[in-house]
Amino acid sequence: MSLDAHALDESDHGHHDDGPPHGTLQSYLIGFGLSVVLTAIPFWLIMSNIIANKALAAITVMAFAFVQIIVHVIYFLHVDFKSERGWTIMTFIFTVVILFITLSGSLWVMYHLTSNMAPTSAVMRQMP
Amino acid sequence: MNPTLQKEIFGRLTLDAIPYHEPILIVTFIGVAVAGLVVLGAITYLRAWGYLWKEWFTSVDHKKIGVMYLVLATIMLLRGFADALMMRMQQALASDGGQGYLPAHHYDQIFTAHGVIMIFFVAMPFVTGLINLVMPLQIGARDVSFPFLNSFSFWMTVAGAVLTMISLFVGEYARTGWLAYPPLSEAAYSADAGVDYYIWGLQIAGIGTLLSGINMICTIVKLRAPGMTLMRMPVFTWTALCTNILIVAAFPVLTAVLALLSLDRYLGFNFFSNDFGGNPMMYVNLIWIWGHPEVYILILPAFGVFSEVTATFSGKRLFGYTSMVYATLVITILSYLVWLHHFFTMGSGSSVNSFFGITTMIISIPTGAKMFNWLFTMYRGRIRFEVPMMWTIAFMLTFVLGGMTGVMLAVPPADFVLHNSLFLIAHFHNVIIGGVLFGMFAGVNYWFPKAFGFKLDPFWGKMSFWFWVSGFYFAFMPLYVLGFMGVTRRLRVIDDPSLHIWFLIAAFGAVLVLIGIASFLIQIAVSFKNREALADTTGDPWNGRTLEWSTSSPPPAYNFAFTPVVHDIDAWWDMKQHGYVRPLEGFKPIHMPKNTAAGLILAAFATIFGFAMIWHIWWLAIGSFAAAIATGIAHTFNYHRDFYIPAAEIADTESERTQVLSAKA
Amino acid sequence: MTVLTDTATAGAPAPVFYVADEHEHPEGSSTYLGFWIYVMSDCLIFACLFATFGVLGGNFAAGPAPKDVFELPIVAVNTAMLLLSSITYGFSMLAMDKNKVGATLGWLVVTALFGAAFVGIELHEFAGLIHEGATPQRSAFLSSFFTLVGTHGLHVTSGLVWMVVLMVQVATKGLVQANKRRLLCLSMFWHFLDVVWIGVFTFVYLLGMLR
Repeated sequence: MSLDAHALDESDHGHHDDGPPHGTLQSYLIGFGLSVVLTAIPFWLIMSNIIANKALAAITVMAFAFVQIIVHVIYFLHVDFKSERGWTIMTFIFTVVILFITLSGSLWVMYHLTSNMAPTSAVMRQMP
Repeated sequence: MNPTLQKEIFGRLTLDAIPYHEPILIVTFIGVAVAGLVVLGAITYLRAWGYLWKEWFTSVDHKKIGVMYLVLATIMLLRGFADALMMRMQQALASDGGQGYLPAHHYDQIFTAHGVIMIFFVAMPFVTGLINLVMPLQIGARDVSFPFLNSFSFWMTVAGAVLTMISLFVGEYARTGWLAYPPLSEAAYSADAGVDYYIWGLQIAGIGTLLSGINMICTIVKLRAPGMTLMRMPVFTWTALCTNILIVAAFPVLTAVLALLSLDRYLGFNFFSNDFGGNPMMYVNLIWIWGHPEVYILILPAFGVFSEVTATFSGKRLFGYTSMVYATLVITILSYLVWLHHFFTMGSGSSVNSFFGITTMIISIPTGAKMFNWLFTMYRGRIRFEVPMMWTIAFMLTFVLGGMTGVMLAVPPADFVLHNSLFLIAHFHNVIIGGVLFGMFAGVNYWFPKAFGFKLDPFWGKMSFWFWVSGFYFAFMPLYVLGFMGVTRRLRVIDDPSLHIWFLIAAFGAVLVLIGIASFLIQIAVSFKNREALADTTGDPWNGRTLEWSTSSPPPAYNFAFTPVVHDIDAWWDMKQHGYVRPLEGFKPIHMPKNTAAGLILAAFATIFGFAMIWHIWWLAIGSFAAAIATGIAHTFNYHRDFYIPAAEIADTESERTQVLSAKA
Repeated sequence: MTVLTDTATAGAPAPVFYVADEHEHPEGSSTYLGFWIYVMSDCLIFACLFATFGVLGGNFAAGPAPKDVFELPIVAVNTAMLLLSSITYGFSMLAMDKNKVGATLGWLVVTALFGAAFVGIELHEFAGLIHEGATPQRSAFLSSFFTLVGTHGLHVTSGLVWMVVLMVQVATKGLVQANKRRLLCLSMFWHFLDVVWIGVFTFVYLLGMLR
């Protein structure tokens, strides 16, 4: 978004607003190809039990998910710094931040609440 | 009738749901019915149905929708305040050894409904109404980005309010407090329709609010007049932008958590139950992730009003525009990092509590910066003590007090003593009344002439002001004392007679506020009667600074015959300084959206759907849901939703205004 | 033509305060941003459901755990259905850019079929679970599983309904601006659902097998 006088451009002088950026056949195919690979590998890793260390397996799989989400966002959703004068990427980043706060905040808070306040978690898990 | 058949047709709704045996409700019903008949009768007598339908109910004009939101807020204020009066009376009568007059069953519904109504159906509509009415004018736009969606949002809010009001006479309301914590709100402990009224009223209104948030953000981002960069926007528009960002980021959380509660209630899921692995604390966590941003949604627009009012009635540009903007943005971000302070005592431990205690204290700082900016704006200004300015001064004193008690509560060890005591109640009423409500009254008095073409009567405005302000202090300062003395919130009976005197003082305060509200209603009536004398013929009754004052009062449907070009902050002031002259020719046809009933119809189906879900009338729920979807889809097949106002008509409207302006001169 | 001058220099021409020759905002100029913001808000609903799954997903209440009920091959097939539907929607958009109504509609049909297959397979999975006693009422884990995955499925279903309505509208009115706008919005929605699915298959299914 512009903090200068070019806000004038938003009420156009003939400049045609194309709407969201479009993909090309090449970009869709690249995105698709990457997604297939980024999906197949984590499925294979888990189904074949290749990584013995569960924590490491979890992190690896999450990393693949994170990368594939970026691939989708770039190649399928065409998010870039220019669309809607930067508002698209700004709202996206803001949402990601809130998402992160909601997820990590909830996990952190609930972990502490549950361990302090609930009957011992082992008991909780077994209770019908 | 065969009981199975009765259940099929009426769900769990039976004649028992009508509260024949509750005298208070019978009296209320008679009162509402009589008042309703009078109003409906008057409209019919004046043959105003066609006018109301065509000009208001099906309108997609942001100015009309804004006014309707404000009307809704005022009506619901009466209901919410009635609840408050009843509670004050009960506590005054039951703190001296008596039991009061309200049974627990009823009292619990009153404090629940009071909170829900005041937040969702008074404060939110006030805020949304002012933003709707004013913001597009301030940015030099002709309407919001999505006018039909705007109408739909309004009617969905009405739908939520209607469902909440129906609970007075059909069934009962929730008895859980305004946030409906489980396990109490689960089906096992609140089996009747009350919590369902709560859930569906909020879910339906919440859809309206969320869509409105998207609408206002797009409007501010996309439809600003040329030259109005972000840093040249009026501060009220900045606060509107941040408020709506908060709405879009927070309301989905409310939608999700109420949906999870519904799944527990309707289908026996185990999110928040005590057993099968559920965790009620997760509800508290999620609802406050929504709840804290919500209170900033309420206060930021009030801050915006005060910025506009202070600058205008001090005759000076607002001091520290840039820091005002950054303070607003910082508050917006930080409001997502404090939510746990609402449940310090739930047991998350010292590391978590200290983090959130610190963030809570930090968030008071930008507000403090704003206070100084307002004071510095007033310093060496030529202050005019019109009614909006009086509300602003009262706000400054009152809100600072409430903010300070908030910082006290931000300290976890202190909160362990004060949580859920009357101290807390005093704190949040202090900031919501002293901040939000005073801001809304300031805004209403300030922008009323713009909306209707005549000012509000100042005498009755001042009456309302003095009774509200004194009433507030008498009603809530005792509650700080009572909170310190250990009195818990939501108590129906108070066992310690030595505290009786404080409850009496608080009840007296409530009566003063009642007079204040009555004065407000009288103010409106008197102003209407004297509208010729109070007329605003120039469109700029206060010597304002922002673009809305460049239009006539009320503005024409198209707002601006020519889109303004902006060169500076306080664009209208800038225009006046440069001897701006209204163009009198060269008008072009203006593209406008058509009115439509689709929003109202969709919301009507939503109301029926809500009612059906509350009473488990499944055939009606499915039918009304399908009807709503069908209406929505049918609406999308309408590709001709707009028209052009011909240039000649615009020329006529503008030349009429020219005549009025030159007659005045 | 607008003239924007600042008042800074003395003797400069007087500033112009209105647009004499206005080009109005193109119809629907706010729609893409508006719909994108809606998608972001929908993201946050899913964030809550993921958070709930994160917090409650380990509470099996002595009932079925992920290993007992998840079948990864089926999940892999479903993932393929959704991913394929994403690329076919992309092809539809490429055809739309070239104003080819027939190809646009054709690829939309293929997309809808993949989407319907996804929903069908998911319903079949749910039915199987319920049949075995792994009902959403059985435990908080299952409640949050069914809700998260089910909400995603409901979104896909809504997208399919929207797709059918749009196909009718494109078939009858052609690729007018309004319909193109709507197709692009549905595109945002559809790809967003695939993004959410990445989260689902990773955090629910794959990580679930590690619990």
